[in-house]
Amino acid sequence: MPLIALVRKEVIPVPRKISMRIDGEMISATDDQSILQAARANGKYMPALCYMEGLSPVGACRLCTVEVSGVNRLLPACTTPAADRMSVTTNSPKLQQYRKIALELLFVERNHICAVCVSNGHCELQNLAIEHGVTSVRYPYSYPKLPVDVSHPRFVLDHNRCVLCTRCVRVCAEVEGAHVWDVASRGTNSLIVCELDRPWGESTGCTNCGKCVQVCPTGALAEKGRAVEEMVKREEPILQLVSRRGAMS
Amino acid sequence: MARKLVINPVTRIEGHAKITIHLDDNGNVSGTNFHVTQVRGFEKFTEGRPYYEMPSITARICGICPVSHLLASVKACDAVMAVRIPETAVMLRELMHFGQIVQSHALSFFHLSAPDILLGMDSDPAHRNIIGLLEEFPELAKDGIALRKFGQQVIERLAGERIHPSWIVPGGVNSPLAPDMRDKILSELPIAKAIARRTLKHFKSIVEEFPEEIEHFGNYPSMYAGLVDAGGRLQLYDGILRFRDAEGNLVTDVERPRDYLKYIGEAALPTSYLKAPYYRPGGYPQGLYRVGPLARLNVADRCGTPEADAELEGYRHRFGRVVQSTFLFHYARLIETLYALERMETLLKDEAILDTHIRATAGVNALEGVGIAEAPRGVLIHHYKVEEKGAIRWANLIIATGHNNLAINKSIEAASRHFVDGNRLKEGMLNRVAAVLRAYDPCLSCSTHAQGIVPVRIELVGPDGAILDTLQSADAGD
Ligand code: SF4
Ligand code: FES
Repeated sequence: MPLIALVRKEVIPVPRKISMRIDGEMISATDDQSILQAARANGKYMPALCYMEGLSPVGACRLCTVEVSGVNRLLPACTTPAADRMSVTTNSPKLQQYRKIALELLFVERNHICAVCVSNGHCELQNLAIEHGVTSVRYPYSYPKLPVDVSHPRFVLDHNRCVLCTRCVRVCAEVEGAHVWDVASRGTNSLIVCELDRPWGESTGCTNCGKCVQVCPTGALAEKGRAVEEMVKREEPILQLVSRRGAMS
Repeated sequence: MARKLVINPVTRIEGHAKITIHLDDNGNVSGTNFHVTQVRGFEKFTEGRPYYEMPSITARICGICPVSHLLASVKACDAVMAVRIPETAVMLRELMHFGQIVQSHALSFFHLSAPDILLGMDSDPAHRNIIGLLEEFPELAKDGIALRKFGQQVIERLAGERIHPSWIVPGGVNSPLAPDMRDKILSELPIAKAIARRTLKHFKSIVEEFPEEIEHFGNYPSMYAGLVDAGGRLQLYDGILRFRDAEGNLVTDVERPRDYLKYIGEAALPTSYLKAPYYRPGGYPQGLYRVGPLARLNVADRCGTPEADAELEGYRHRFGRVVQSTFLFHYARLIETLYALERMETLLKDEAILDTHIRATAGVNALEGVGIAEAPRGVLIHHYKVEEKGAIRWANLIIATGHNNLAINKSIEAASRHFVDGNRLKEGMLNRVAAVLRAYDPCLSCSTHAQGIVPVRIELVGPDGAILDTLQSADAGD
């Protein structure tokens, strides 16, 4: 058998044009897009926290939740593919209510004390809370006792501020190719861990590139030595990098 | 039958404070206690956090002097980094500190104490506040409001309009001073100075009317502690921690901040969560010393600025080289206000203040750091131990009110013995006791309250716990 026959020919599907409705308005999209991508490409506002352009979507935060007509449950827009003749509602009172709950639950799960945080004023979680009018929290805080990993020479990981979006995990694995980060344990005990749970400063795989720090939406990952409010994240270079390389999603 | 009087709550104190006055069978005061009923958890919950977060965390200890905590904290961090920060950064930190001193002293004098001093200790409590002051002494009350605002604006202009300035950072400050901001502050300085001068003049003209208060508001010999420079001049940001005794003799100069533990011991009191520091070589409780404006002027040889020095001379001429009466804290505070304004002017007129080299960077170069600064209320010490990567292992903070704890107890006792008669209880008696506390300005005043009433509830409690009598000021509430 000629050797050439063993190589499976990869079929790259050509994206198909589709039309769908978002909040009643007809838009055109392609069938390789998620609802979130289709909406944003058409200038629609879609809240999101764990989603980041260029990284594979995971549907972890549920802030992008939408209603799709004919489907009797709520769907995350970041992981649900757009489809022809789909009709999507992004902003019903019910959805607003759910998003608010999701945000409040993020706040009670860890110790988010904005006033003393390096990311105060530049935090995606804080901005989402402001956008959604979360002025108080209706659930009891859980005040977990969590460590701060200061072992890395240039960066710090403060679990108290982590929302488990896994953007750090994905950017490290998918863009930098180092795969230093992972999630250990389950449920509310979940923690971001470095390699097989060792102090970050002892990592053998970390390239010190800082991509995880720049994509982290909160002050959980930060540059060392930044005083309160001083940590402004720079996602732009990473977005450019992935757009030149082609996205994973 | 022995009875107990409780003044609770003395509000507008950082935390919660309560005064208990014990009466003997004849209705005479047999003893007093000043309790602080708030636990300070900061030392505990900062464990494990990166040291450079300490400034912003500890600045939240107090709503009224966040800048002082920031300064003591960043100085401790500078020590951990083992850096000498750029000269301009020192100047800018000092400038903000003076803004803080001015606003805090203005609050203490005009808003909290002037109603007692000018309207009278026995005047109607419903009227004995800044509103009453505005009615009877409108010019003075307006001056007070304007001076406080000036101090606050200095802070805001430097820190970019933030309430809790995150502008002061380990290694320096995070942005240089813009020339137009400098010009703005400079243009407002003459008005502020005129207010300080006017108020001093007014105070000097009436101080003779308070012989009883001067005599009995904790007027006793004690040791004093405060910062001075090598030439013995008053310092508020940095210097040698000097102890001077009641006769004016120099006791000790603590030149290196980290040596403070050799000289300052901390006793835990059974009646209060606030520890009582004492001068260690003197032992407890003989090692009582006082800090704050009165102490600083006793410790320093001079202020080092012309107008404040002239005032200091007049003050010493009247009350002696070492001034002991707690009532005269107010006088000292006014002299310091003038000093702060003069120093601001000198700083702002120096071109170096606009330099853009304002921050040193470094990692952990020492595993321990101590920062000492003068808060408006006195010496403030932050002491951190960190592990190699910079996580806090241990922290100790001694706040100004702590240093004064023993002295406050003693002053309250002296004033109670003199003014309180358990058989004929009057509001004015207890107001005088509360006024002693206000003279120390024990981190008392929560920044949001600009009124002069101290809501005091006094309970006359019998040995069986039954309340025999209560006396309550107008807005005491529950
Ligand atoms: S550390 Fe930051 S990026 Fe990583 S999971 Fe937590 S919040 Fe997300
Ligand atoms: S953005 Fe879709 S679930 Fe987080």
